[in-house]
Amino acid sequence: MSVYGADKRHHTLTVLVENKSGVLARVAGLFSRRGYNIFSLAVAPSDDVRFSRITIVVDVESAPLEQIIKQLDKLIPVVSITELDPAVSRERELLMATLEAGPDTRGQIIQLVGVFEGKIVDVGHDRLTVALEGAPIKLDDFEDLIRRYGIVEMQRTGRVALPKLDRSGDGGPHLLTHTAPVHHTEKAG
Amino acid sequence: MELTGAQALIKSLEMQKVEVMFGLPGGAILPVYDPIIDSSIRHILVRHEQGAGHMAEGYAQVTGRPGVAMVTSGPGATNIVTPLADAYMDSIPLVVVTGQVATTAIGTDAFQESDITGITMGITKHNWLITDGADIPRVVAEAFHVATTGRPGPVLIDIPKDVAVRPMEWYWPEEGDLDLPGYHPVTEGDPALVADAADLILAAERPVLYAGGGILKARAADSLRELAERTGIPVVTTLMARGCFPDSHPLCLGMPGMHGNYTAVTAMQRSDLLIALGSRFDDRVTGKIDAFAPGAKVVHVDIDPAELDKVRHAEVGIAGDCGMVIDELLVALDALGLPHSEATRGGSGGAPSDAVAGAREVDGSPAARFPRERLIPWRAQLSEWQHRFPLVYDQQPGSGSLKPQFVLETLRDATPSDTIVASGVGQHQMFASQWWQFDHPYTWVNSGGLGTMGFAVPAAIGAKVGRPDRMVWAVDGDGCFQMTAQELVTASSERIPVKIAILNNAYLGMVRQWQEMFYGERYSEVYLSPDLPDYVGWAESMGCVGLRVESMEEVAPAIDKANDVDDRPVVIDFRTDAFEKVFPMVAAGASNDDIIVDPSLTRGDGQ
Repeated sequence: MSVYGADKRHHTLTVLVENKSGVLARVAGLFSRRGYNIFSLAVAPSDDVRFSRITIVVDVESAPLEQIIKQLDKLIPVVSITELDPAVSRERELLMATLEAGPDTRGQIIQLVGVFEGKIVDVGHDRLTVALEGAPIKLDDFEDLIRRYGIVEMQRTGRVALPKLDRSGDGGPHLLTHTAPVHHTEKAG
Repeated sequence: MELTGAQALIKSLEMQKVEVMFGLPGGAILPVYDPIIDSSIRHILVRHEQGAGHMAEGYAQVTGRPGVAMVTSGPGATNIVTPLADAYMDSIPLVVVTGQVATTAIGTDAFQESDITGITMGITKHNWLITDGADIPRVVAEAFHVATTGRPGPVLIDIPKDVAVRPMEWYWPEEGDLDLPGYHPVTEGDPALVADAADLILAAERPVLYAGGGILKARAADSLRELAERTGIPVVTTLMARGCFPDSHPLCLGMPGMHGNYTAVTAMQRSDLLIALGSRFDDRVTGKIDAFAPGAKVVHVDIDPAELDKVRHAEVGIAGDCGMVIDELLVALDALGLPHSEATRGGSGGAPSDAVAGAREVDGSPAARFPRERLIPWRAQLSEWQHRFPLVYDQQPGSGSLKPQFVLETLRDATPSDTIVASGVGQHQMFASQWWQFDHPYTWVNSGGLGTMGFAVPAAIGAKVGRPDRMVWAVDGDGCFQMTAQELVTASSERIPVKIAILNNAYLGMVRQWQEMFYGERYSEVYLSPDLPDYVGWAESMGCVGLRVESMEEVAPAIDKANDVDDRPVVIDFRTDAFEKVFPMVAAGASNDDIIVDPSLTRGDGQ
């Protein structure tokens, strides 16, 4: 079972916003009052202290992507919006899970974590806490496999993403540019 | 120069050339009320904060300048939430200042604390909570900039009491000092798209100019008129756009929508090209969206890019200021050879044959085939509909039942053509929009998007403050009047001589109409009583002249009497027929093809 899947319902938007109080509420409030669904959301400071970056995975079945982008763009603290096509971006997410790990299964779990290049981050008498970073689809697979051991608690961070680098030689990042009606959303100046 | 935050706030408003503000003081805003005593700004003390907000809206709508209101924290702030929502829906520039509890008390459920920036996030264009007095001048400058540029709208500045009391070093920001890295409203339209729009216009056979409130916001009435007259394309003016194109103009079809006239509604339905200018395909205009104007291509011009393709796909969607885009469009049409024909100018011009001669002069150009020659059948069809389905009502002399439409026609004819009319929401609003003749922009003030009952009285007061040179009439319903009538005390004490016509049918009339038509005449909670309150006595107790009119014969004399009063407000209680319904009507959710006209028009022809 894949919660993320590779279906076309979900698009990733990275939104550069002013680093001011209440901005997340403005973004979340916009989605809520216009009936748009957020699939996942991650917020963190950017490399410029004036701005934060919000990575939102949106469900485009709830509303057309262009309408979501244009409404988001109307928020005054939103500086720029970039849509990242999964095909031309690198996406990462972190999963942490505490699993039942009695003597019979502990070895299997450690082995599985090793195969996925994850980490054991905490060890108890009959439980293990594991962490795995990777592409969302890889995390989906891992989640499917660990479920049989008994998940006590699990958290996923929501994805962050950056555009794939251009290997053609001219050096610039390979950004998916917006189609005409929303080109103005690149307005960082 | 050191000032308190409060002094800096008032000085900042002065720097923005604010002449008047509407408000009501209270605990948290107390410090800001002190410097008002020494300020050049006129402060009008309202009786309820909602009144302050609607007055600011009325002021903004007739002057084009931002309306300013100031209230205290907690209930003061929540009482102005409705006007903010109203202004947001109708894109009215407002700057509302709210007091807030001290920064040290925020979040502690302090006395009269409310999270007004949180509450109003979804109904303001933007809002600010000031936590540092040094931000005050910059935030005020940003607030006015945001409220008045791009798609206008309301903004709110929340100022905690301690920030207002503490000293700060005064400065006034230069334009480059504004900290709005994410705000860059569009103005000019993309030339390539404008050229596409011009091509579609020249190819159309049944075009309609669908003019919305954006025309007024863009001060583009003259540009619209030039576009209409040069192309010969008929114009519908939405509820928010009444007056942007003269009703007396031969190309004007009037108001479309749920209670629009038959020709305006049907012209859009049968159109092959809708040129939407500052209009937003509101559900009250489109009816059932899937059935709206099925054969029409759409050119959509709006300053808010998010309006394009929001409701209806546009073949050509142009983000830009309506006035600038229309002017660009005229240049593009010039380039395609659309003639400048003097015969097409002027209010009485515009007969199809006038322009044909003009078009022949540039025979061979694309425009030679356009437009008027080709529009002759379309214009003839529209005339036929206008003739067959006019707005009608039946006022019998001496019958004892006074028709609201008759009151409005009499009022219209007894007042100057540039009279400003404010209305509340309901049947009286639709009657006013239908029966008034709007020949000047900025003469119609109403609550279109939010549909706020009680809007008329305070909005009329604000309009009169903004335009003291004009006669201002509020057309109100009895239900609406009871919601905000206390502001007539404000009007009396401030000597603001507005005039109020209450169309008193003793019902929440529009709800009653729906219950009659769609709920099997089961009337639920809509009866109000014509005599309780006693409107004349109430008006007089508020310092107004109060008059009562019960028959057709009394209408004109009462209006003349009211028009002669110039030192206080006047209220006329018109006792109107409770059974009168607003027609035409498109039922909620129905197709505009299923428009219901006045029953008298269909008797005998089986429609």
